[in-house]
Amino acid sequence: MANLSIDHWVRIKDGKIIADGEVIFASEADIASFLKAAFKFLNIKYPKFHKMDRLSKLGFIASETVMKEEAEISEDTALVFSNNSSSLASDQNYQESIKNFPSPSLFVYTLPNIVLGEISIRFGLKSENVFFIEDEFNAKLLIDYSAQLIESAKANKVLCAWLNLHNVEYDVFLWLSSESHKKEITEEQIRKIYDADYD
Amino acid sequence: MKNLYLHEDCIISPLGCTTSENLEHLRSGTTGLQKFNKSEFLDTPICAGVVNSEVLAEAFSAIGDPKAFTKLEQMMLLAVHQILIKNPDLNRMETGLIVSTTKGNVHLLEDLCVFKKERLLLSNLGEIIKDFFGFGLKPIVVSNACISGGLALAVAKKMINAGKFNKAVVVGGDMLSKFIVTGFNSFQALSETACKPFSKDRNGINLGEAAAAMLVSDTPKKDSVTISLAGDASANDANHISGPSRTGEGLFKSIQNSLKEAGISSEAIKAVATHGTATLYNDEMEAIAITRSDLGATPLHSVKAYYGHTLGASALIESILCKHMMLNNEIYPSLHFNKLGVSKEINVVTAYQNSINLDYVLKTASGFGGCNLAMVFKKEGQNG
Repeated sequence: MANLSIDHWVRIKDGKIIADGEVIFASEADIASFLKAAFKFLNIKYPKFHKMDRLSKLGFIASETVMKEEAEISEDTALVFSNNSSSLASDQNYQESIKNFPSPSLFVYTLPNIVLGEISIRFGLKSENVFFIEDEFNAKLLIDYSAQLIESAKANKVLCAWLNLHNVEYDVFLWLSSESHKKEITEEQIRKIYDADYD
Repeated sequence: MKNLYLHEDCIISPLGCTTSENLEHLRSGTTGLQKFNKSEFLDTPICAGVVNSEVLAEAFSAIGDPKAFTKLEQMMLLAVHQILIKNPDLNRMETGLIVSTTKGNVHLLEDLCVFKKERLLLSNLGEIIKDFFGFGLKPIVVSNACISGGLALAVAKKMINAGKFNKAVVVGGDMLSKFIVTGFNSFQALSETACKPFSKDRNGINLGEAAAAMLVSDTPKKDSVTISLAGDASANDANHISGPSRTGEGLFKSIQNSLKEAGISSEAIKAVATHGTATLYNDEMEAIAITRSDLGATPLHSVKAYYGHTLGASALIESILCKHMMLNNEIYPSLHFNKLGVSKEINVVTAYQNSINLDYVLKTASGFGGCNLAMVFKKEGQNG
């Protein structure tokens, strides 16, 4: 099976963005103000961002942070994402809207894989997509699936992510993997990055 | 790479609680869709595929207490049960469990009834199926819009190749709810009458509820014909989150990559089982991707006018139908097709055929988020 490396990673939690081990941005942990400030920090013009739901905004900020390290982005960069709450926060918003006027702009975000579409549009990725729902972060599933995509030549790089939003609590870990002929990334190393405290 | 072979299967739908009942209705052109002037889902008329709750509960009571499980859980558990009773020697401790759904028990958002709120989580749906039958491995839950049911087969193939297991039960399901029906209605995507895939006067989709399950493994049946998943590929349009690409880009790329993996060119494909939802944009996009792939003259069908769009179950149900079409040398017709209503010439099958040799069949699916999937099924083992 193909060996994978971890090229770049980003962790988003408690009002902080940590990229490759370094805290690059910190603000209030409150999700609404955090998303606003974090987008401003990215310093890009992308009006579509403001239309997205919170799960997509988190995924957008995370992928933007990692992808800006890439000199060239291949359209065959696959997206292998996972979380626990699916699109539950947006589901609740849409459910509320049913009482008065069912909103198509809320309904469209009631699928977890919409964020994969948003990221694909942003970076022009015409690649393999999958969204898994797990009870907790499961690095092994993402690594195994990514290795198969690379092994079967369906992707040359893979963006892997745990992208969870439960009510207003967010927990994001995204990394870019590619085939490595030297050292292999292990589940333990991925887990260690996910579990670490960053001050 | 190890191949994925398709074995026992079951479809639970308005057309019956076994695959054979479903197939009989498809052969005779009987639809599972019904018109409702007013329903628990919407005050305005809809045409939908609804599974009768009483009939389902009665069937389910043979294996469990219908009050302890939601309608969706009952359908999915019944589908898996039918596979397990026909495979009593299956080692459940070592068999993978792959679950596909788009919205799971989302209806509980309105009213939890007797259920705990954990029941809303899709991972919980996986646990319920695992615990009910005593599977040993952690379930893998796939939720990737309307390609989920087919993608679950592609996931099974990858996990078998990763050495996680040699066999897996793949189960997909979605049920109708006010949430889903009002949502599609808010997009003005619903047709009040039976849908007409690829027709000039098509005016939208019908929704349906169903569950399906299939046993898959890395080994073919001995001394008989077996259908395998010879190639699969997904690709995003990178174009729009709620509408398909006008050029069919993602689906075209998926088809090309799936053919490449199967090691064949498009000439080898004898039939296409389309997504064919009967929205203006989906069918047009699909026709473009199909003709771009040189499959314009290849017989194709959509079964949406039998089932409606069953979301996370649809691509799995349609894969099961591909398997049976290939084993029985038959094609089920597209219901309600009249005049071609897409800009490219395609070959829509309107009459049941039962003497067509299907060596390779292509299955396509697309969904919100710009996702697309193509799968190539192959007939293996005939006449040596």
